[in-house]
Amino acid sequence: MAPVNITIDGRKLQAQAGQTVYEAAAAAGIEIPILCHHPALPPEGACRVCVVEIEKQRNLQTACTYPVAEGMVISTRSPRVMEARKFALELIVSDHPLDCMTCEATGDCRLQDLAYEYQVRDDVFAGGRQHSWPIDDPNPFIQVDRNKCILCRRCVRACDYINGVEAISIVHRGFDATIAFGMDSTMEDSPCEFCGSCVEVCPVAALWPKQSIGKGRAYQLKQVETVCSYCGVGCKVILHVKDNEIVKVTGADGAANHGFTCVKGRFGYDYVNHADRLRKPLMRRYLVEGGAKPALHQPNNGNGRGEYSRAANPAAEWVEVSWEQALDTVATRLAQTKEAHGGDAFAALCSARCTNEENYLMMKLARQVMQTHNIDHCARL
Amino acid sequence: MTNTFEDIAQQAKLLFIIGSNTTEQHPIFGMQLRQAVKQRGVPLIVADPRRIPITQFATIHLRHRPGTDTALLNGLMNVLVTEDLYDKEFVAARTEGFEELRDRLAEYTPEYVQEITGVPAEKIRQAARLMAATKPGALMYAMGITQHTSGVGNVMSCANLQMLLGNLGVPGGGVNPLRGQSNVQGACDMGGLPNVYSGYQSIALEASHKKFEAAWGAVPPADKPGLTVVEMMNAAEQGKVRAMYIFGENPMLSDPDINHVRHCLEALDFLVVQDIFMTETAQLADVVLPGASFAEKEGTFTNSERRVQPLRRALDPLGESRPDWEILAEIGARTLALTGQAKAAAEAPHGGWEYLNPAEVLDEIAALTPSYAGIRHGRLAHAPKGLQWPCPGEDHPGTPILHVGKFARGLGKLTPVDWLPPPELPDAEYPLLLTTGRVLWHYHTGTQTRRSGGLSAIAPEGYIEMHAEDAARLDVTTDDMVEVKSRRGQVNVKVEITEKVQPGVVFMTFHFAESAANLLTNASALDPVAKIPGFKVSAVRVTKLSPDGAPAGVCESC
Ligand code: SF4
Ligand code: SF4
Ligand code: SF4
Repeated sequence: MAPVNITIDGRKLQAQAGQTVYEAAAAAGIEIPILCHHPALPPEGACRVCVVEIEKQRNLQTACTYPVAEGMVISTRSPRVMEARKFALELIVSDHPLDCMTCEATGDCRLQDLAYEYQVRDDVFAGGRQHSWPIDDPNPFIQVDRNKCILCRRCVRACDYINGVEAISIVHRGFDATIAFGMDSTMEDSPCEFCGSCVEVCPVAALWPKQSIGKGRAYQLKQVETVCSYCGVGCKVILHVKDNEIVKVTGADGAANHGFTCVKGRFGYDYVNHADRLRKPLMRRYLVEGGAKPALHQPNNGNGRGEYSRAANPAAEWVEVSWEQALDTVATRLAQTKEAHGGDAFAALCSARCTNEENYLMMKLARQVMQTHNIDHCARL
Repeated sequence: MTNTFEDIAQQAKLLFIIGSNTTEQHPIFGMQLRQAVKQRGVPLIVADPRRIPITQFATIHLRHRPGTDTALLNGLMNVLVTEDLYDKEFVAARTEGFEELRDRLAEYTPEYVQEITGVPAEKIRQAARLMAATKPGALMYAMGITQHTSGVGNVMSCANLQMLLGNLGVPGGGVNPLRGQSNVQGACDMGGLPNVYSGYQSIALEASHKKFEAAWGAVPPADKPGLTVVEMMNAAEQGKVRAMYIFGENPMLSDPDINHVRHCLEALDFLVVQDIFMTETAQLADVVLPGASFAEKEGTFTNSERRVQPLRRALDPLGESRPDWEILAEIGARTLALTGQAKAAAEAPHGGWEYLNPAEVLDEIAALTPSYAGIRHGRLAHAPKGLQWPCPGEDHPGTPILHVGKFARGLGKLTPVDWLPPPELPDAEYPLLLTTGRVLWHYHTGTQTRRSGGLSAIAPEGYIEMHAEDAARLDVTTDDMVEVKSRRGQVNVKVEITEKVQPGVVFMTFHFAESAANLLTNASALDPVAKIPGFKVSAVRVTKLSPDGAPAGVCESC
């Protein structure tokens, strides 16, 4: 791509032909506010919050759509620009609920930030009609509040250009315009896969993760970037944590996923704090009190195939023990096995869900300590 | 994978997916492939017995019978050779064994392959011509290729095809196995296999044997590989394996023939299971050690692209649970001392078990594993894209695309592979062909996803998918309960009538313990090389159950 010389706010820069004014400015570290635009999506140029003044142009232009050209002189913060942005925002705010006090997005809302930055007054269009859509999409993941929707079409574009199933559209016109799923039905009845890409890009609280409701303000959450625990794509995710609990997951800019996730990565995290989690080492009573290993289950039909029932045997009951006792018991048993029957009487399965370091240690345990090559994993399954 | 998601999604001119339900199993990559079709108009060829979601975007859907992948691939290659469409330059310069392959392929005419696979000969020709005309093309496969008794042959056939097309070592090409679980790639890389140390260093190779012996103080003999998972189970049943340590896996649901696995694990003197939940496998243990979830520890995962990325600790481990590396280090140190090997180990440079953190473990891995030699926690902290192995040194940038200009072994070997029928096919007693797989909402044995409120709300139970023709014969309709029986076991499950499967084929997932498909699948027949059981194909009989669960009479023809 050919370099193009431009000037932004008095700074002389080199941009690339084909870049938009927004992209050229962003590359140079100059921030132009955006609302309907999202860097991962094709531009829309609808909200007019990103307008800039370009020399020799009569009208203000939307930076997210306007291509740079040789010699272009751009002003991103002239009084005319600031006034136009404020007007655009006031128009949007005029039929937007002002319940920021209880709104989930407070502290994490593009509109709130811009309204504050541009000192939008809420009484400019006072007395206008307000929406009263029910908040009733029954799916387990995403809350849909059409009253808060600013019709930026980010979600529509994300579902089309990131996911690809095109589950969202905008229906009706004028004041009644709103987002719709499938043939204007529920998300579950549309082609939606609940990847949450629409939630990721929604600038307000119109689309919000249900599991995160009431779980904390953005500024109360610690953010930790890590890797999704599910499939082998290896998406990078951000865990949002409060009081030692994950309250939300968002996509991070990983090489595999570029900021987006699928349904499992985004919404499938609640197993981490599930009540069923094991919290203490457990041993069978016979190991604690001594004695032979009891049958754990009773085969119903003697041939080892078919149905089993559970034998209520006190010696087989679980007992919570200390780490010391559990670790010593395991080590003793492994050492005894090796002594009595040789290393090949031991076998280990490592884990396709645990880390490289852990799998290496399991491999070392089998080969160095137990002196056997009996190590495999279930992943060929 | 030989290539990266990004170069495939952005530079491939053709996509060929075989045996991978990509949008459900690897959703983010599935989305990227969908975008390649939608935005760049890339032709997509899907070979799958089922009508899976991505087939909706396919230019050609080759709907072959389950268990006939090799025949189909041979048929495609037959067309490339007989119509003189293969990449002669690539074949001459970079491969060996062409003549042999060509001779063996001669038999696999599209007409003969049609008989085996059920795919019309003309469609096979059409697909092969499209592949030859549109390059580079990327080939993707997953469990649908490997989970057969002929899995290794299937994989070699995929490589043969891409070599004939000259689609290796270029962006937008490659042979790309998609890994099911977050760190399958890493578990294999780390030597979690009976015949290799970390980095696929063969135990039989004198150099690697000596190297690990020197590093650790002792290693087992080089001449005898260990047991694979299915062999371990059988050895446990026979009393040859007495103690097992299973961590972060649930073979009670993931292995074929669950009843057999239970029987084997119960025969052990001692079973220790380390997991975050009381899984079906942990319920058979003598000691259960509570490990930590991915959010509670540090370490690295390696994704399907061979990309090593760091996990960061976001939470303190729940209750008294501990990061798995810590537990393993404790067990290693204690057992080493009890077996009287501590002194020899202490004298070896990497014999000890005193690790302060996972970074020290990775340092040891790097020291002993050439392909990971340049990968360190410190480096990863400043590598937003992670590092792709092979990364042989600390100043090496990693290797996004394999086999550029040259294969590791020099010339790429074209290996003829014959199609063999699956060991179990439908017969009069078990007339339907059962194939297994996954759905978008759940993951593997469901240990995690079934404890996720949203995911289990949206997909609370398993189904058996069945074509309307079979359903009519059995007199069942969607949501009816049926009994599914194979030579190994039986489960009750609800029916879903769908066009996704062809008549004569039924489909189940293995996420659900109460309708576990692997009570039915076949463990006895293994791929001769990889010892992978033939999950994807087994013969079953389906019987309608009355609402109270009693069999409602057996249909004659099914
Ligand atoms: S969750 Fe994903 S698939 Fe569903 S509407 Fe949003 S973007 Fe589309
Ligand atoms: S739901 Fe959100 S992203 Fe979609 S149009 Fe409304 S405000 Fe924009
Ligand atoms: S977010 Fe989805 S696609 Fe990405 S790694 Fe997790 S499970 Fe795989």
